[in-house]
Amino acid sequence: MPDSILKVSNIEKSFGALKASDGISLDLVPGEIHALIGPNGAGKSTLIKQIAGGLKPDAGSVQFLGHEITGMSTAQRARLGLGRTFQISALAMGFTVLENAVLGAVGQSGSVFRFFKPAMKDAALLARARSALDRVNLRDYENVVTSELSHGQRRQLEVAVALTLAPKAFLMDEPMAGMGGEGSKTLTNFLQELKHEAPILLVEHDMDAVFACADRISVLVYGKIIATGSVEEIRAHPEVRVAYLGEEDAA
Amino acid sequence: MLRERYINILILAGLVLIPAYAYFAEEPFTITLATRAVIFALAGVGLNLALGQGGLVSFGHAAYFGMGGYAMGILASHAQNYEPIMEVPFLIEGTNSMPVIWLVAIVMSALLALVIGALSLRTSGVYFIMVTLAFGQMFYYFTISWPAYGGEDGLSIYVRNQFPGLNTLDPIQFFGICFVILLAVLFLVDRINKSPFGLALNGAHQQEERALTVGINVYRVRLVAFVISGAITGLAGALFADLNRFVSPTMFSWQISGEIMIFIILGGVARLFGPVAGAALYIVLEHFLGGLSEYWFIYLGAILLFVVLFAKGGIIGGLSKKETGRAG
Amino acid sequence: MTTLLLIEQILNGLQFGVMLFLMAAGLTLIFGVMGLINLAHGSLYMVGAFAAAAMAAWTGNFFLALVASLVAAAIVGALIELTVIRRLYERDHLDQVLATFALILIFSEATRWIFGSFPLFLNIPDVLKGTVTLPGGIEYSVYRLTIIVIGLAVAVGLFLLISKTRVGMRIRAGENDREMIAALGVDISVLYTMVFALGAALAGLSGALVGAIQSVEVGMGEPVLILAFVVIVIGGIGSIKGALAGAILVGLTDTLGRTLLPVVFGAFMDPSSATTVGSALASMLIYILMAGVLLFKPTGLFGSA
Repeated sequence: MPDSILKVSNIEKSFGALKASDGISLDLVPGEIHALIGPNGAGKSTLIKQIAGGLKPDAGSVQFLGHEITGMSTAQRARLGLGRTFQISALAMGFTVLENAVLGAVGQSGSVFRFFKPAMKDAALLARARSALDRVNLRDYENVVTSELSHGQRRQLEVAVALTLAPKAFLMDEPMAGMGGEGSKTLTNFLQELKHEAPILLVEHDMDAVFACADRISVLVYGKIIATGSVEEIRAHPEVRVAYLGEEDAA
Repeated sequence: MLRERYINILILAGLVLIPAYAYFAEEPFTITLATRAVIFALAGVGLNLALGQGGLVSFGHAAYFGMGGYAMGILASHAQNYEPIMEVPFLIEGTNSMPVIWLVAIVMSALLALVIGALSLRTSGVYFIMVTLAFGQMFYYFTISWPAYGGEDGLSIYVRNQFPGLNTLDPIQFFGICFVILLAVLFLVDRINKSPFGLALNGAHQQEERALTVGINVYRVRLVAFVISGAITGLAGALFADLNRFVSPTMFSWQISGEIMIFIILGGVARLFGPVAGAALYIVLEHFLGGLSEYWFIYLGAILLFVVLFAKGGIIGGLSKKETGRAG
Repeated sequence: MTTLLLIEQILNGLQFGVMLFLMAAGLTLIFGVMGLINLAHGSLYMVGAFAAAAMAAWTGNFFLALVASLVAAAIVGALIELTVIRRLYERDHLDQVLATFALILIFSEATRWIFGSFPLFLNIPDVLKGTVTLPGGIEYSVYRLTIIVIGLAVAVGLFLLISKTRVGMRIRAGENDREMIAALGVDISVLYTMVFALGAALAGLSGALVGAIQSVEVGMGEPVLILAFVVIVIGGIGSIKGALAGAILVGLTDTLGRTLLPVVFGAFMDPSSATTVGSALASMLIYILMAGVLLFKPTGLFGSA
């Protein structure tokens, strides 16, 4: 197995009596989509926050590209090349599509403390932003104000902004949420391409989408990973069927 | 946006033409009013960078306004008495040169904003408002209880400070100085707003999480914006002190912080010319409503309440028929 | 400095602290339940003081004056909640600050218009005049002692109200989840008006009690409001316990600082500059305390992360 890009080792995090992360270990290797599934309240978002920054684990470590990033800020992790998309679109709604993409390019290029040259006339920033927009087919919408985009287009823009970072790995929180069948399929195809550039850790609720695109799946239940394996292995795993799929069937 | 540009040009034209008319009509008081408007506008432009672009609701900008004022007061009073400010470890003397005073005012208020900002920006939301308000009040009480520079009574400077080649006591010439400074700062702030820094500042205002996840150190961006903002308001304080030839703890009072905020809201939040329009309107209201009634603050309060509840865009927003500036 | 004098200053600090608590408790309750920052809270303090002074001038009865301060502030509070404040719950903090700042301008000028610019005086009733001998032989003002008792009684009352009663349960529910409380069938707008009026009444009472020691004048509320903000920042927002701890801490720090700092500086300075430096530093002490809390616990001593 190739060296892992992202490696989470024995992470623990408690909120009072609640163990939200109970010794979680997982990794992300080049070229894969690793999906993280689990019922509501399993501790998925707590885990994501510890990987992306913003929440410090009580114990354990997170390594990215061989760097120890457990104590780093969200911004530092992003500059190392950890691209992130959010479950609920976190975009500057008053900006145009292009401005949002340029914002990503500004962060990536470390040009934040330039005060005099207009950002929207900077050729290097614009080129980076536009090439990201091209890849998600939003180039024609670059002058549209973000709040006027459709839900699906906002999800695409989320991905584009992450792309401006030229990330070494993606952390995607339910990118398919509310996309509808067609959009979901297009995005799945796009992720299949993207994973060869940078592997994707995917948190997703949509089971069909997960089984369609994931190379590996980890199942998180009550703060513990109860199984990690291929789609077939997870489908057949008895504990998973009880803890997770059973619940889905019942619902 | 085009329409907003015409309105901006109109505002500037008004600010030039009214004192020009007053000059020929020999109404120096009107020139002084226009100078007040220009200085208030400058203070507002400073706050607007933090508040409008950055979403940092500072209710303590009087601290920088007052710091600029006292920078002028202290330097000029020592020049007036021919007593050095300090002799050990090295000699610092007072001065009555405006450019030097401005520089000191800018540096001192920037330093103050650095300290207050570094502490206040550890908080956000309501905390940030309360903390900035409290720090502003701290300097108010400090200047009252520190007797060396007049304490509660303040400090009078008998002659306006000097600017090479100009007669600063001539109202129209002093107006010109203030107006040129306002123009220069407006140009500077416009560039900052459009720069990568401005984009990051405004982006972090709209969506902090996003700014962080593209690798922007939001705290540092906000701190730098806060320092620039404080420095501009400090410069306005120095000019205000020179206009009145008087500084007092009142310059540090929370009402001043509130008034600077009113300029912004009356004109339109996060619009480059918002504070300019707002300050001009404030002076007009003060002049005419103040003439009508001793209790004109009741009307001002009612107008402010109306703008906040029903007319969020302020004057420029109302005239250009666009609800909000970029900050959304 | 004698021990007796020190104890007297501690009591003065406590008295100042419980007054700040009456202000801070209302502010923090209103923020906790409705998410609103209310700058006009100082105006309600002023309304209470003026109502008390007017009632005392009319009837000569101090206790009726206190009742008047509670009633007037509660009514004015309910009125502004119904007309202005409730439009602000869904707005951002900037709008809340500006609108309530506008209310300050209106209230201050209207009060000046009605009562004039000269301060009014509210006399301490004869029963509460003079001093009482405390254990240890300390002579202490009966009135100030009464304020301490009233303040602590209000604190106990608030804790009981919030932890034991149905209204308190609704307040706690409202802090956590507005939708849930609406789903419970509680008329949330009535609850909000009640909470706001309660906060207003506490501010009004505080204004009346302090008005008898100082003077009753326009603009008396805002310096206290800002101190109450310092209290809340130190104690942690939304927490009554934090407000009480913060208020007592600020009251003691300020009062003792003003007494002790000049003495401390006197140890290595000549008396006149010791007084100058000491009292200038004392005027900044609580803000320095606040800065310290921000450095080590930005969410306040009792605030949640």
